[in-house]
Order: sequence, then C-alpha cells, then structure tokens
Amino acid sequence: MNDTQRKRGAWSWWYLLFVIQIVIVLCPPLYNKAEPHWMGIPFFYWFQLLCVIIGAVFTAIVYFATDD
Amino acid sequence: MQNINWVALTIFVLLFGFITWLGFAAANWRKGDLDQLHEWGLGGRRFGTIVTWFLVGGDLYTAYTFIAVPALAFGAGAVAFFAVPYTIVIYPILFLVFPRLWHVCHKHNYITAGDFVRGRFGNRWLALAVAITGIVATMPYIALQLVGIQVVLGALGISGTGFAADLPLIIAFVILAAFTYSSGLRAPASIAIVKDILIYITAFAAVIVIPIQLGGFGKIFAAVPAQKLLLAVPGPNTTGAYGVYATLALGSALALFLYPHSLTGILSASSGHAIRRNAAMLPGYSLMLGLLALVGFFALAAGVGNLPEYAAGFKQFGNNFAVPALLLHSFPSWFVGIAFAAIGIGALVPAAIMSIAAANLYTRNIHREFINKNPTDKQEAQMAKWVSLVVKLGALVFILFVPTQYAIQLQLLGGIWIIQTLPSVMLGAYTRWFNDWALLLGWAAGTSAGTAMAVAAHLTPTYPLVLGGYAFPGYTAFYTVILNLVVAIVLTPVLNAMNARRAPIDETVAADYHA
Repeated sequence: MNDTQRKRGAWSWWYLLFVIQIVIVLCPPLYNKAEPHWMGIPFFYWFQLLCVIIGAVFTAIVYFATDD
Repeated sequence: MQNINWVALTIFVLLFGFITWLGFAAANWRKGDLDQLHEWGLGGRRFGTIVTWFLVGGDLYTAYTFIAVPALAFGAGAVAFFAVPYTIVIYPILFLVFPRLWHVCHKHNYITAGDFVRGRFGNRWLALAVAITGIVATMPYIALQLVGIQVVLGALGISGTGFAADLPLIIAFVILAAFTYSSGLRAPASIAIVKDILIYITAFAAVIVIPIQLGGFGKIFAAVPAQKLLLAVPGPNTTGAYGVYATLALGSALALFLYPHSLTGILSASSGHAIRRNAAMLPGYSLMLGLLALVGFFALAAGVGNLPEYAAGFKQFGNNFAVPALLLHSFPSWFVGIAFAAIGIGALVPAAIMSIAAANLYTRNIHREFINKNPTDKQEAQMAKWVSLVVKLGALVFILFVPTQYAIQLQLLGGIWIIQTLPSVMLGAYTRWFNDWALLLGWAAGTSAGTAMAVAAHLTPTYPLVLGGYAFPGYTAFYTVILNLVVAIVLTPVLNAMNARRAPIDETVAADYHA
C-alpha cells in the first residue's frame, strides 16, 4: 500500500511530458503562421493536429512509465 | 424548405429504429439490479476500457459540437480551432485527477460530485451548491442537443407548421426518455458504440472525399478569406486574440470534467486503470473534432452559403446549417442518411447521460439530503428515473417555445458556472486544506462575478479585462475561477481562526484515493 501511495500520490518526472504539451499548445504565437504548408494545409492547422497525436503518445508513455 | 429527401430519410429512420431497439435491449446487458441507483445511474461501475472509450467519447463529443465547431470555423475562422488545444489539455487532467476521484467514489459509493464534496468537507450546503450548479449548467446543454436534431431534421426536408413541425423532434425525445427510464446508463453506453462508428465513418469520408471534389487542401484554404485563416496578431498593450484563444482552451478544459455528464461517464468505468488508458485513447476523438473543424472551411470553399437551395436552411439555422448543407451538396442521398443519423443519434447519447447525471444530483444531493433522508434503494432509484424524465421534458419545452439563441447563451453561462466547482471537486481530490465555508463563499463570488461579466459582455464568452492600462481579453470562466480560488484561499485561515475549536470533518482518508 505504501509503495502504491508513493507512486500515485507523489510527483513523477514523467509528468513533465504533460507540462510540455500543455505549455506549447497554450502559446498561440508559436504556431500562428501559415508557413510551412503541408499538403496545402497552413502550419496553424496541421501543427495543432500533430500536437493531438503527440499528446496521445506522451500520455501513453506516462501511462506505461507510472502504472504498474 | 426543399422537398423531403426520401432515400436519406428512410436510412435515417431505419438507423433510429435500430438504436431504439438497442436502447431497450441494453437493460439486460451486464445485467444488474436496476432498482439500485448505482446500477441504473452508473451502469454498476462495470464498463471496461473499450466501452468507457465509446461512452465518454460519445458523451463529450456531442452532436452539437460536431455542428457548432465547424459552424464557428465557417463563420469566424481560425478561432474555432481553440477546440484542438482544449482537447489536448483535458487529457492530462483526466489522467491525473480523475482516477483519484474514481477510487474515492468507488470506496464510499459516491455517485455525484455533490456526494464527494459532502463526504470530503462534511458541509451539505456546499454539496447543494455543487449539485444545483451541475443541474443548472446541464439543462441548456441538453436543450442544445435537440438543436442538433432539429438541424438535421430540417436538412432532411421535414417541415410543417405548428404541432406537425415539432412532431419528429417530440418522437425522438419520447424514444430517448423511454429507453433512458428503463435501461439507465446502459442505454447510452450501448448506443454510443453505434453512434461513434457512424460518426467516424462520416468524418473520415468527409475529410477524404470532399477535398478531392474541391481540388485539394491548397484550393480549399485559398478560398478562406485571409483574416479568417489565422488569429489576428495582437496590437500594443493587449494580449488580443492570442489571450482569447489560450484562455478559451484552458478554461473550457478545466470546466469539461466538472460537468455532471462527464463525471457520470468516468465513474461508470470499472477501474482507475481504465480511466488512465482512456486518457491516451480518447485523443482519437480530438483528432476527428479537429478534422471536422476543417469541414467548416470546406463549406466555405464549396460556397454552400450562396447556393439558393440551402438559403432557407441558413436562414432558419444560421451557420449551424453549414455542415448539413455541405453533406447534402457533396454526398449521395444514402450516405447523407447515414451521416445525418450519426448526428441525430449523436445527440441522443449525451442527452441521455446528461439527464441521468442531473437526476443523480437531484436524488442524492437535494432530495435525499433535504427531503427524504432515509429512502430505500428502490425508492432512490425510482426517484432518479422520474427526475430524468422531468429534466428531459424541461429541455424539450425549452427548445420548442424559447428561441434557440437563449439555449446557446445559457449553455455559455453554464460553462462559467460549472467551473466554479473546481476548487471543491478537483482540488478537493488532492487536499482537505480549504475551509468548507470559504469554498462556498469563493463559489458565490465566482458565480456572481462571472454572471455579471458575461452580461456586461453582452452574453459573449470573452471579457475585455483591463489591468494597469494593459488589456487581457479572455474567457470569463477562466478569470472568475481565479477570483473564486483567491477568495477561498484568503478566507480559509480567517474562517478557521474564527471557529478554531471545530475540527474539520472528512469521512475520507488518504488511502481511499488510490488503488
């Protein structure tokens, strides 16, 4: 029980992956531009969609790293 | 409006018939005693990772979302894409906070956020504030789901005058009310699987086929006016559109899982593991939502707003008609039937869960707390079933007799109100530091300031906050929950000191929050 509590209750460095993804997507100046286009889609749109995929991968990494 | 599209209507009705049967049959799925509230209202907390994925996905990504987000892109452009960072931010929150809440709720048989707050802080008035906020924020949300059904029924060419015009919507709602009453949460859980498959088919077909018809993404984005394509760069002394975009995303994300229907979906999971796994799997829906936001631009490029055959629809439903018009314009009738059924059924799933969640709140935190303190299990479940009917009837009456615009504005206020339960519910999952009355006063401050700011901003979501000559236009919900927190933090030591002999009440212990 104590082991579990230490794992679940405390900060894990893996959570930094969450911090990174949240900070990036909440800074619109980073991606509010049209160039470079990808398949004709402006950067603003494809970058944020890419962030969804990266966010899912990060969450999966945190899941496997912190869950027993 | 245009003539009835018989092929599409037939497929629409067949699919609706199928999910009606499924909704009633669901009562026997993973069979439990539906005379107990946690069986009727939480499906017995037995849904594994996959069912939870369909249920929560069908619950959060509502039909209205699939109509309104592209409609916002169609009308306002880039700002509509805030839905994407919004759905990116929610999953770390889901991953970190909600397994804790799931464990403590499972341990103490809490069914609502009000139950948790009552147990954690021992204050039934704080629990009442959480319950009433949840119910009031949910009602207009249910009404908006009906708007989604109205739009597709209109697009199918069903029109009439007086009672006949409203009849299809009433039929859809009677079906919804009946299977929710008899099967509880099992009904939307099983229907969500059908609905989500249909929505995925529709979304991917739209994102692949329509750009080919329109000559590629390059041509589509070339047709979008320059001022809609990106966010406006802020001028001096203001955070401008950037601040609006970021606070809308963050505020909406913080509010989302506080909605009663979100919590109902999460608590019905069979374990904390299932919730964590879903935090990594649910972004599949975010991706689809982002792609659907682009569909608003497809509608601009296809020029459906200027085609005479859709003029009546746009006149009646505004930009919300953009997606149905584009689907009618781009696909054969049989596929339009599937797509519209996806949207219509997509409205029923969240509407069912929302009415169950509101019924749970009333039953547990108002009726049981203040009216009948010792109901039998059967009485309690029966009460919730009746309340779920009342809630839906209220939403139906609202949408039939009140202009749609009011439902949209109330839903907007609902977001500002529900976020005020964040300190009690989300922070409460981590700490018992706060004084319960300080939390209640913080809630009151945030709720009243938020309502006043929204009214001052003419019932738009953003408020032009000015501090020291610098402007921070942003989402009102985000600003007022900060006010709420500051009040609760400042008053906690003050109120504790005034009543130093009273030991804090907390029926939960640290171990309840873990596996």
